[in-house]
Amino acid sequence: MPSSLAAAIVDVFWQLPADAAAHGPALDRHLLLNLWIALALLALAHVLVIVGLAKRRRHTPPRRQVLIEFLPLAALALLFAFLATRAEALWQAARYTGPDRAALQIEVTGMQFAWYFRYPGPDATFGSTKPEFVSPGEGNPVGLDPTDPHSADDFVSSQLVLPAGREVDLRLHSQDVIHGFSVPEMRLKQNAVPGQDIHIHFTPTTPGDYAILCTQLCGLGHYRMTATLRILPEAAFEAWLSQHAKPEAQ
Amino acid sequence: MKHRTLGFAYLALSTLALLAGVTISLLMRLHLTWPDWVPMGRGPILPEEYLGAVTLHGTLMLFFVLTVAPLWGFGNLILPAQIGSRRMAFPTLNAAAFWILAASLTILCASPFVAGGTAISGWTAYPPLSAVAAAGPGQALGMDLWLASIGLFSLATCMAAVNMLTTIVCLRCDGMDWHRLPLTVWGWFTAALLSLPSFAVLLAALLLLFCDRHLGTNFFLPATLVVNGIVMHSPADGSPLLWLHLFWFFGHPEVYIAILPGMGLVSMVLANFARRRVFAYRVMIAVTVLIGGIGILVWGHHMFVAGLSPFAGSAFAISSMSIAVPASAEVLSWIATVWGSGITVGKARLTTSMLFALGFVSLFITGGLTGPILAQPILDQYLHNTFFVVAHFHLIMAMAGVFGLYLATYYWFPLIANRNLNERLGKIHFWLTIFFAYSTFLPMHITGLAGEPRHYAQFTGIAGPAGKLLAATMPLQRHITLSAIFLALAQIPFFLNLWLALRSSNTSVPNPWDATTMEWAPNAMSEDPTAPEPTTHTGPCEYALNGKTFHPQWQSVTQPNQAE
Repeated sequence: MPSSLAAAIVDVFWQLPADAAAHGPALDRHLLLNLWIALALLALAHVLVIVGLAKRRRHTPPRRQVLIEFLPLAALALLFAFLATRAEALWQAARYTGPDRAALQIEVTGMQFAWYFRYPGPDATFGSTKPEFVSPGEGNPVGLDPTDPHSADDFVSSQLVLPAGREVDLRLHSQDVIHGFSVPEMRLKQNAVPGQDIHIHFTPTTPGDYAILCTQLCGLGHYRMTATLRILPEAAFEAWLSQHAKPEAQ
Repeated sequence: MKHRTLGFAYLALSTLALLAGVTISLLMRLHLTWPDWVPMGRGPILPEEYLGAVTLHGTLMLFFVLTVAPLWGFGNLILPAQIGSRRMAFPTLNAAAFWILAASLTILCASPFVAGGTAISGWTAYPPLSAVAAAGPGQALGMDLWLASIGLFSLATCMAAVNMLTTIVCLRCDGMDWHRLPLTVWGWFTAALLSLPSFAVLLAALLLLFCDRHLGTNFFLPATLVVNGIVMHSPADGSPLLWLHLFWFFGHPEVYIAILPGMGLVSMVLANFARRRVFAYRVMIAVTVLIGGIGILVWGHHMFVAGLSPFAGSAFAISSMSIAVPASAEVLSWIATVWGSGITVGKARLTTSMLFALGFVSLFITGGLTGPILAQPILDQYLHNTFFVVAHFHLIMAMAGVFGLYLATYYWFPLIANRNLNERLGKIHFWLTIFFAYSTFLPMHITGLAGEPRHYAQFTGIAGPAGKLLAATMPLQRHITLSAIFLALAQIPFFLNLWLALRSSNTSVPNPWDATTMEWAPNAMSEDPTAPEPTTHTGPCEYALNGKTFHPQWQSVTQPNQAE
């Protein structure tokens, strides 16, 4: 049966990790469509080469160029245009607009070789940071400025904890070199560039623990620059948040 | 030095780089698969050594093998004869380019032995990692040597490109009009044309990076950095993204520079053994130039997730997708050229050269079809810097590129060495190589889709869900590594074949393939400047419809040759 064969191929070859973000299923459908089309064209081209080689020699002049070349080219161009248009719609939905105003704000800081996640605390405002205060060994990896009143309730975690079903707006930046913030199970990847703040937004859907990787070569510890994304149900997330809120800020 | 001597010298240089690059890649594969493996006589492989290997492998292969061998190796050996010239335009410039190139390779090969070791920032050398010596081992003197090496390489390439372009424009013999040039020459021409602006921009970018490293400028560095606890302030506020733009403005055309001569040669060899004209020959000239032209407008597809405006992502997606159309035109012409050519009847014309040309077509299709997938920004958001990308460019650039080099060797060996390579050994070499090439690189699509990232020194011993995701690819890693080892071993028949042929005293017959292009004319390879210049009478691949007779380009059209 073709459908079970397709399922078997998906199982064996296309082992995509779990898909736990709201935009993920559409991205996966488009990716699988692309893979099937590529596989079909691959098979077709090889069949044509082999059949063409096996055929006896034809002594007549080749058929009209329009038929052999321009028609297939036009068909391929239409196919690529169709794929590009579908991809563009998904890209626009993901990237052209900003996050919802109610989205959870979190700052992601990359440094050799760790990710840190800063929550703004009850005042919903990030305190200012200064490079001179950066000191991961003393518990201040992002360089929070203690003299800024907004800093007092900020807290920094080495694990990214998010509620399921709520949009999150990540502000990515890097202290030293370019890092790649990548969460395969969220179908998400965006570099963190020093000197730049880059925003990405998405909505996690399924509670669980997921991998955060660095996907831009950043130095000798690149391979171990990993972290965990923990998606919790809304209530459990609120509990985690209040547990981590600093007592002096309450 | 004569251009043929230089051609051989370039090829010798490339062969050394190839052997080193392959050895390094096998060490990387062994370390990935068995991270606790300790090479004899030394300690375990360190993460920075793995990344140094990544850098050397990419730099050696991209620059010293895939650029030097097809363009400057076979370009010097064959191109003058193919356009009916006895020489290259600027012999002194040519020789100077070679010696600069030799110095460049020497400097690169010295870099692992300096304090801190070789650079670890990959062949793309993204700053600030490549700009700040404190960012890692190898980023001090090792990185300076890398910059010096690639700077010299860029200079040599610009010189060699000027030589090649001038040769093609000025030294074509009587009757060798632009529309009679073999597609190989069009490939060389387009590649040389591309390499001028791209390598010039790379050289400028390398100089700017050097200034950032040693003269306190901030072209590629933001005003504030904290590297390893060191706070760095500067009044100037630059951007690492500027380097990405400049590098990929060079880097993407570079992959076309590497593959275009091979594509041209494939067209000619398929037509030669099919005893056919190249299907849609004039369209092929147009698409060769078009691929080069669009090729300099697509660099942003390396930067979809680098921090560009999403609108730029859309624009580069359109230019990148559009290059699939001329690339498809090439494939359609190749299929049409061999379609119903009766080549398998009696198998006499299914030579090793023809097999490698067909292998090139297969790899070009397989590697090319994942190109449009990676040109879609939303899919790149998942696939960027995974092994899916590694699989893509190793099939279309590395493997197809190397198949182009083998094709050139098997096809032109009777011409350049006056000896015959053994067909049986050649076919063994072909089938083993294509089997293990696919066996090595096809599974990388699967591990890439599973999320496996590039540039990781190990996939085991990492805690948490990240460790689980990485470890899931380990069973296939073993398969890939074993295949890669067999792929390397499959090259033994080739070198054995070369050695046996060069030792044998059986000289080859003139024009053994019934070829039509000028390099096969009697005395075409002569470097005697006083020898009479040939004249071109027809276009290339003028085979009769029945394949029985043909008109070589050097014979007047009234006297066709009998094909065997």
